[in-house]
Amino acid sequence: MTDMNTISQGDAARAEIDVNAPGSIRVLVAKLGLDGHDRGAKVVARILRDAGMEVVYTGLYKSPKDVVTAAIQEDVDVIGVSLLSGSHLPLFQELGRCLREKQAEHIFVVAGGVIPEHDYAALSDSGVDAIVPQEARGDLIVTTIRKLIAERGLK
Amino acid sequence: MTAFASSRPARRTAYVPSAALVPEVLRGSVLAVARMISRAEAGYAEAAEALAEIYRHSGKAHVLGITGVPGAGKSTLVAALIRAFAADGHKVGVVAVDPSSPFSGGAILGDRVRMSEAAQSCQAFVRSMATRGHLGGLARATLQAVDVLDAAGYSPIIIETVGVGQDEVEVVTAAHTIVVLSAPGLGDDIQAIKAGILEIADIHAVSKSDRPDASATVAALRGMMSLGPARPGSDWQTPVLPVSSLSGERINELKDAISRHWDHLRDSGELRERERSIGRTRILGTARQLFQDRFKRDTGELEAHVQAVVSRTTDPSAAACLLLGWDNEVLA
Repeated sequence: MTDMNTISQGDAARAEIDVNAPGSIRVLVAKLGLDGHDRGAKVVARILRDAGMEVVYTGLYKSPKDVVTAAIQEDVDVIGVSLLSGSHLPLFQELGRCLREKQAEHIFVVAGGVIPEHDYAALSDSGVDAIVPQEARGDLIVTTIRKLIAERGLK
Repeated sequence: MTAFASSRPARRTAYVPSAALVPEVLRGSVLAVARMISRAEAGYAEAAEALAEIYRHSGKAHVLGITGVPGAGKSTLVAALIRAFAADGHKVGVVAVDPSSPFSGGAILGDRVRMSEAAQSCQAFVRSMATRGHLGGLARATLQAVDVLDAAGYSPIIIETVGVGQDEVEVVTAAHTIVVLSAPGLGDDIQAIKAGILEIADIHAVSKSDRPDASATVAALRGMMSLGPARPGSDWQTPVLPVSSLSGERINELKDAISRHWDHLRDSGELRERERSIGRTRILGTARQLFQDRFKRDTGELEAHVQAVVSRTTDPSAAACLLLGWDNEVLA
């Protein structure tokens, strides 16, 4: 565990990140495209908040470009996208393309919502780092995100 | 059940030294600005020198504070102001503060919901910030974020406070121009003569002016303003402007009033006084923070005094002086 206040120039690159510390993880929770169902996204935002994360919520009907702009300005660690509309394949492809274009591939992408298993591999190819199935318990979302950040280290 | 994890290898991002981010910030790189703000928030010692360098390059921007009760329409108004200033060719920066949970330390930052379209189409920089336990309406690193945006060439820079009560007036010592946004239907003219939040306004805006009861709020505020100047020693006349972010009505008038106040500050010499006041508050605020942090990390010395205070062998003032290393007669 690292004391955030005492990281000096020399050991910054080697320092570990305390993923359980409040405010150490920032997540953008986004709804992409024509999908007006945000009950789930709000529940997830609340779960992450209660786990000590800072959650930026984008609101509905966002384009991948909007979401990437927001994610970069907010310097989030993770973009969490909830999709129930069935159009996950093209939207995640476009999201991955925008992240590459803006040199923001350091931001993880976690997908949730109604996503059939046979699409998992294609989503992974589009740059999705993890998929949390709709029937998952809330703490699975938290641990999935913490694991990604712990492996990445300090940024 | 486990989450499906991608087969991509774990990505360990190389840590870019803060010193290397400084020239990128000065060049206006959005990625560098965003990262620098995160490091200011986290309080890395590694970033202290870089932030000091950035501070030396700041001081050009007009810093605007927008405050008001929760739900007054601050975020919506900020979005409208982004569009209005961008139409005049300004590169607008925004720091929008929302509260952290006192229990988990987490936060839901929702100000961006109303701003993302304006941010995208006007190339404004919008950053949401959680208070992380800081009281007074701002976050601890809000002003450092303003420094970073300032050095990167953004102006005006709009600070949107958390939804405030009657007395969270910290923004007054953080910004050059304060807009207090009131919503219609929240109180009578007695509310309008109270001390506190309403007194700090350089400009009063009344939101939702498309609603019929807005005119009563405007009248109450104008009545209050007619009783005397808002700030002692200033001949600035505080306007009361009804605005509707919904219809866009009179947003340009508000923008013009903000610009007029900036001209007034510079022409009257009041700007120098405000800059001094901002500087003074920042030094004292940082000193207080450093002091608290020191005893958060090393609680031993503090706890010894706690025991003495609880058992009444000493009193809180004397213990505080000992912690500071001051002689007790400072109090005398």
